[in-house]
Amino acid sequence: MDLRVAGNAAYVYTGGKAFDPKLPAVVFIHGGEQDHSVWALQSRYFAHHGYAVLAVDLPGHGRSGGAPLASIDDMAGWIVALLDAAKASTAALVGHSMGSLAALECAARHPQRISRIALLGTAFPMRVSPDLLQATKNRESDAHGMINTWSHSAYAHYPSNPGPGFWVIGANLRLMQRQRPGALHADFAACDGYRTGFERAAQVKCPALFLLGARDAMTPARAGRDLARAVPDSTVVTLDSAGHNLMGEKPDEVLDALVEFLRA
Amino acid sequence: MAAPRSLQFDTLSLHAGQRPDPVTGARAVPIYFTTSFVFRDADHAAALFNMERGGHVYSRISNPTNAVLEERVAALEGGVGAIATASGQAALHLAVATIAGAGSHVVASRALYGGSHNLLSYTLPRFGIETTFVAPRDLAAWKKAIRPNTKLLFGETLGNPGLDVLDIPSVSAIAHAAKLPLLVDATFTTPYLLKPFDHGADLVYHSATKFLGGHGVAIGGVLVDGGTFDWEASGKFPELTEPYAGFHGMDFQEESTVAAFLLRARREGLRDFGACISPASSFQILQGIETLPLRMQRHVENTRKAVEFLSKQTAVESIAYPELPSHPDHELAKKLLPRGCGAVFSFDLKGDRAAGRRFIEALRVFSHLANVGDAKSLVIHPASTTHFRMSDAALAEAGIGPGTIRLSIGLEDPDDLIEDLSRALRAAKG
Repeated sequence: MDLRVAGNAAYVYTGGKAFDPKLPAVVFIHGGEQDHSVWALQSRYFAHHGYAVLAVDLPGHGRSGGAPLASIDDMAGWIVALLDAAKASTAALVGHSMGSLAALECAARHPQRISRIALLGTAFPMRVSPDLLQATKNRESDAHGMINTWSHSAYAHYPSNPGPGFWVIGANLRLMQRQRPGALHADFAACDGYRTGFERAAQVKCPALFLLGARDAMTPARAGRDLARAVPDSTVVTLDSAGHNLMGEKPDEVLDALVEFLRA
Repeated sequence: MAAPRSLQFDTLSLHAGQRPDPVTGARAVPIYFTTSFVFRDADHAAALFNMERGGHVYSRISNPTNAVLEERVAALEGGVGAIATASGQAALHLAVATIAGAGSHVVASRALYGGSHNLLSYTLPRFGIETTFVAPRDLAAWKKAIRPNTKLLFGETLGNPGLDVLDIPSVSAIAHAAKLPLLVDATFTTPYLLKPFDHGADLVYHSATKFLGGHGVAIGGVLVDGGTFDWEASGKFPELTEPYAGFHGMDFQEESTVAAFLLRARREGLRDFGACISPASSFQILQGIETLPLRMQRHVENTRKAVEFLSKQTAVESIAYPELPSHPDHELAKKLLPRGCGAVFSFDLKGDRAAGRRFIEALRVFSHLANVGDAKSLVIHPASTTHFRMSDAALAEAGIGPGTIRLSIGLEDPDDLIEDLSRALRAAKG
């Protein structure tokens, strides 16, 4: 579905069904240097199980126009603008990595609009090492290699994502390579520069699910649990043998956890 | 900060796509001999059918053993995924049929395996798909042959029979300028010698029957998607960028930014044409892939020794091997194939067809048969076998002489191979 959000063309995948604002809405927010397709299975499932799905391409990513947003605050504002454009009065937010911080910020600032948040592969602070941050700026290929290696915990995935025969690690690398130049650095700088995580966490009024990977080397699970403790109504689910690319490595477990949380 | 290391080729050959079986602890890849898979409940079944969950339904569409083969070859090639097929020919057909249909056109190298040539030249035209063949080194001809209805450019990494090296960087640039993908048959090189995606190819397939398996016991193919081609931006592939009524109205490019081609190929091509591989064959090919790096090194070492020996023989008219400075693609081979130019090559004996026949019949270690890429050394004399009906003039047009011999060098002791070739050369003189 094509929308105009904050003056730019915005693409959202609606899970294979037309968006119906009368249904409970779920917004899926991808992480840095990615797009809506990281949520292919989960977004399609919810769209076919009574939800109105908005799996976004953030500005400057995938099919969406505009420049990448410079801060997590800007992303939170953009999500509310997206809800307005889609005529969705309230929504649950499901965010991964950078997208999880955007969901947290949005929920804290707009409690009347956000009913639940599920934060996957999250941590606060989400600091990026100076070497990696520099690489995202002028050595994108090296940065992609580092991020891809750190994002995976295994060399076999059952079931694979989005289905048998897909090489999850290769697909994740290619998805990053398919994003526009500059998006990688903008995204990682936004994560690195986010400072208000604990304050915002304390302001979150809705239930929050923290879905963490026990072997996550990008956003270690202990840092996710620290953030979870700051949210008044939070649940933590840690997936064994999962790295940062939770949706790629554990698509069924991610879906099962989201189904239980969003249906509660 | 030290950059993290990702697993290297030799390690991926053993591990990619598989881990010890979580239920039984089996270290080797289990052969899942089952046609179908039990659903947890009705919702699980519906979710699998609608691609809301990943998993197996029916072994024509996917199977856990086949998936290991697919993911392993995808990892070795640097792709985003793969589909294992009943044969290399099935992989080529699946690639073409996924994005071409009646009214479509293909531009292909003229230097192709005979089976591929048959498919494109005789069979696909019956289904409305035409092919223009071009000399693989003639870059202007590739460009000129592209029509508005062209869907694909296609060639072999090492062409048949003269081992023409496909200039993948240049041909892919021509394809991409026309918003078309380049499909490459990489059977002769395997990802150990050449990774076509690194040079601009978009789709790669193998006859896994050959070097990937290496043992000559199983027929199979693998079609790999590099995930690089932007089908949406091309605008020439509604099969991938518009809703498909045959699968829940799915727009495959919308569903997967990097693997739309593979989704359609599996959800349509495997489902409807049904050329799936047996899990037993996948297992056997996987056994071969575990030793692919070691075998390819030895194949190349032995081939270099055989080429060196033959190049010194007065009974040999010429040898077509790109590592020789006399080969027209020698410089390109140095760039694209630094690890070697494979283990299949042709040479021309002086003399007539009878000399070729005497050569073949005197060999004791080489096996006379129609295959390549076996651990055992193989030989064929096209003029007395595969092309025996053709006149000398027709043979010449196909780049084959009356004394052309094709060898596939195996893993035997190289001195034994050279002794065998010496004996046959003496016999050829009559």
